[in-house]
Amino acid sequence: MKNRSADSPDRTTKIRTLLNVLGPFLGLAFVIGLFSLSNEVRPYFLTGANFKIILIQTVIVATSALGMTMIIVSGGIDLSAGSMVALTSVASATLLVKGYSPSAAVVLTVLAGGCLGLVNGIAIAGFRMMPFIVTLGMMGIARGTAKWLAGNQTVNPPETPINNIMGLVDPIHLFPLPPGVWITIGLAVLMAVVMRQTIFGRYIFAIGSNESTARLCGIRVRLQKLIIYAVAGSFFGLAGLMQLSRLTQGDPTAAIGLELDIIAAVVIGGASLSGGAGSILGSMIGALIMAVLRNGSNQMGWPTYMQEIIIGVVIILAVGLDRLRQRRNNI
Amino acid sequence: MTPRLRMLGVKKSFGATHALRNVNLDVSPGEVHALIGENGAGKSTLMKILSGAYTPDAGKIELDGREFTSTNPWHARRSGIAMIYQELNLAPHLTVEENILLGDEPATFGWIHRSQRRQMAREALAELRHENIPLSAPVRSRPIAEQQVVEIARALVGKSKILIMDEPTSSLTEVDTKNLFAVIARLRERGVSIIYISHFLEECKQVSDRYTVLRDGESVGTGEMASADLHDIIRLMVGREIKDIYPRTPHRLGKPVLELRAVAGETKPRCVDLLLREGEILGIAGLVGAGRTETLRACFGLDRLRSGSVWVDSREQTHRTPKQRLREGIGLLSENRKEEGLMLNRTLAENLTITRHGPIAKFGVISNRRQNQVTMDWMQRLDVRARGPTQQISELSGGNQQKVAFGRLLHHNARVLLLDEPTRGVDVGSKVQIYQLMGQLAAEGKAIVFVSSYLAELLGVCDTIGVMCRGVLSEIRPVSEWTEHSIISVAIGHTEAQNSR
Ligand SMILES: Nc1ncnc2c1ncn2[C@@H]1O[C@H](COP(=O)(O)OP(=O)(O)OP(=O)(O)O)[C@@H](O)[C@H]1O
Ligand SMILES: [Mg+2]
Repeated sequence: MKNRSADSPDRTTKIRTLLNVLGPFLGLAFVIGLFSLSNEVRPYFLTGANFKIILIQTVIVATSALGMTMIIVSGGIDLSAGSMVALTSVASATLLVKGYSPSAAVVLTVLAGGCLGLVNGIAIAGFRMMPFIVTLGMMGIARGTAKWLAGNQTVNPPETPINNIMGLVDPIHLFPLPPGVWITIGLAVLMAVVMRQTIFGRYIFAIGSNESTARLCGIRVRLQKLIIYAVAGSFFGLAGLMQLSRLTQGDPTAAIGLELDIIAAVVIGGASLSGGAGSILGSMIGALIMAVLRNGSNQMGWPTYMQEIIIGVVIILAVGLDRLRQRRNNI
Repeated sequence: MTPRLRMLGVKKSFGATHALRNVNLDVSPGEVHALIGENGAGKSTLMKILSGAYTPDAGKIELDGREFTSTNPWHARRSGIAMIYQELNLAPHLTVEENILLGDEPATFGWIHRSQRRQMAREALAELRHENIPLSAPVRSRPIAEQQVVEIARALVGKSKILIMDEPTSSLTEVDTKNLFAVIARLRERGVSIIYISHFLEECKQVSDRYTVLRDGESVGTGEMASADLHDIIRLMVGREIKDIYPRTPHRLGKPVLELRAVAGETKPRCVDLLLREGEILGIAGLVGAGRTETLRACFGLDRLRSGSVWVDSREQTHRTPKQRLREGIGLLSENRKEEGLMLNRTLAENLTITRHGPIAKFGVISNRRQNQVTMDWMQRLDVRARGPTQQISELSGGNQQKVAFGRLLHHNARVLLLDEPTRGVDVGSKVQIYQLMGQLAAEGKAIVFVSSYLAELLGVCDTIGVMCRGVLSEIRPVSEWTEHSIISVAIGHTEAQNSR
């Protein structure tokens, strides 16, 4: 055969994929190493107990990032994630106050998130509006509704098993991890498989990479988008539950600006905001990086404004590195 | 005389792919130099090095006797090297005028002189005999052939010493090609050196003074065009003899599979009647903008129909989505692989298998092993040059990308293939393979609509041909009743030519 590729079957591609996957891990190792440098902080920072806290802090961003990854890979964006987390946490608190059983509250909350996402999806896919604008609107709507529903104050539900999802049972050791962490890990594995190995996942990448081609290839682009936003909404609903579990109350002013952390996590994890690229594993590491950064800066005793500046710089660096990588890959 | 350009021992690899192993190229002032080679031979890579888009791993470049290292496209352009890229490189939302002078705007301290810009754009288009293209229309609203004209016009403004044309005619019609040649002749008189890349060897022969042949990243021959024999050149580039350019596989026409009755779209087409039978290769000729692409799109369900009906297997199936058409076994190959045909940042395997996952997936879960196996099979059958099934499609050479897009229809096992310029950017050897493949498909009873601006191939492989003119499809007649001349006269709307036969 004339295939002169025979001598190096796909090696370069494999190495490159490896590098792409490894990139976020290196970033994680780098930030952990950075905070471990300081002699005063290390004894507190590098402990099982602290990593447990970091993991718990990661969970909300990570769960939401599962949905956000789908959206960003499909070439969209969702700015309403933070508000949806707040609204769903207030909603579930209200349900519990009204006497619903915890399991009913869980199901209804996740469904509520899904419905909010569906509304986004209908506007974006059905009426062909820009995701940026639609979700910007939804950001205000959901936040306002949350405050309305809560009567502009926090909602204090009775003590329920929901609080255990994020409960710190044994604060000294890394294990046992709270159920919320396991739930997130489980869902992440599931979503990673869905994105990489299923036809549904293929279609998400296809739409993000080139929508016209997707249409030409018989993919029902609008239906697919509808599903993407709805499923992502249920992940935000789940994150809202976790938020409730962590605060033990529904706070309509919680999770302000959370969407930016989520988007940052996904982008640090290697997703492209123009769509067609990204991975669940990367987004999860990205979420961890964000949590480690916040936790480390706290331990260092840095004021919040320093944290904000540092996190801003990290996001730009991460995306800059990604561009460099892309440029080398293809012009 | 010192040569205008001399490239010596140029090498370039991408990871494990040696795109250029050892290339030498000499071009004199006022010379048109044809660069010839198969898909993936390294022509575009070599020219991207010259125009500063890539840096070479080794080798020397001299410009007018002085050593030249082009660091970026901007620097190359300042040094008098202009390039028309193989894949259109336009800003889709900007207007025609803005695109033509993009990066070269006449300006003082950043203030653009609009009237002057308009003037310059108009002159560039006039040089190409395309005054009719509206200067203030956004480029994406124009048909791809006009976009190509804009791309060429862009290279004409400014004073270039070397003009690189990477397959400039791949989506031009004969008339536009003639105009382009006239422009080339004028530029040559002004002393501009032109490097001309094309898979149409007759074109190369007609327009160029000398040629260089690349094979697998090496320059394997160079000489005077006038004394060269095309067969020798083909042998040099392919490494074997090609005897029959238009191979015909015997096939028989069967039942009707697709019928269009008085189909009209929003603007184009205006009226198309067409009957396609099993085992038929039906060619559609016509000028660019005549509505050939729109006909295929409307038929495939990508554009809305305003009136008329579409019949599949003698049943009316007029308003259908692309998904339904694919399910009926109809597939479309887009003429615009960059915008519509391919998902450029995804892998070869994904691009090839996206319409049919049956053979590679169970319960919606894809098996990587099966997927790669299937892809490798098609890569072999179509002779796609790539590192492997998981290589990103944008890294493939233009012709190989086209083969993958074609491969998608074959993998889908479509029984009606709507092919819009399927051999665009494909080398001679592979074109013959594609013709052969079309013949085989027809012999298996599949039906093909073959839209092309290259009359020779239409006359060579089709059973029947119809000609489109301003949105209306002429009567479809057997290929034996057509000549290049009669096709052109119908295409430009000389109806008396139709009557006089
Ligand atoms: N960015 C890239 N990364 C990896 N490989 C590349 C890249 N660009 C080109 N190649 C490889 O280099 C080789 C030469 O490609 P090139 O585009 O120069 O071919 P070409 O002669 O222009 O072909 P065509 O006639 O099909 O346009 C091909 O095997 C191609 O796959
Ligand atoms: Mg090329």
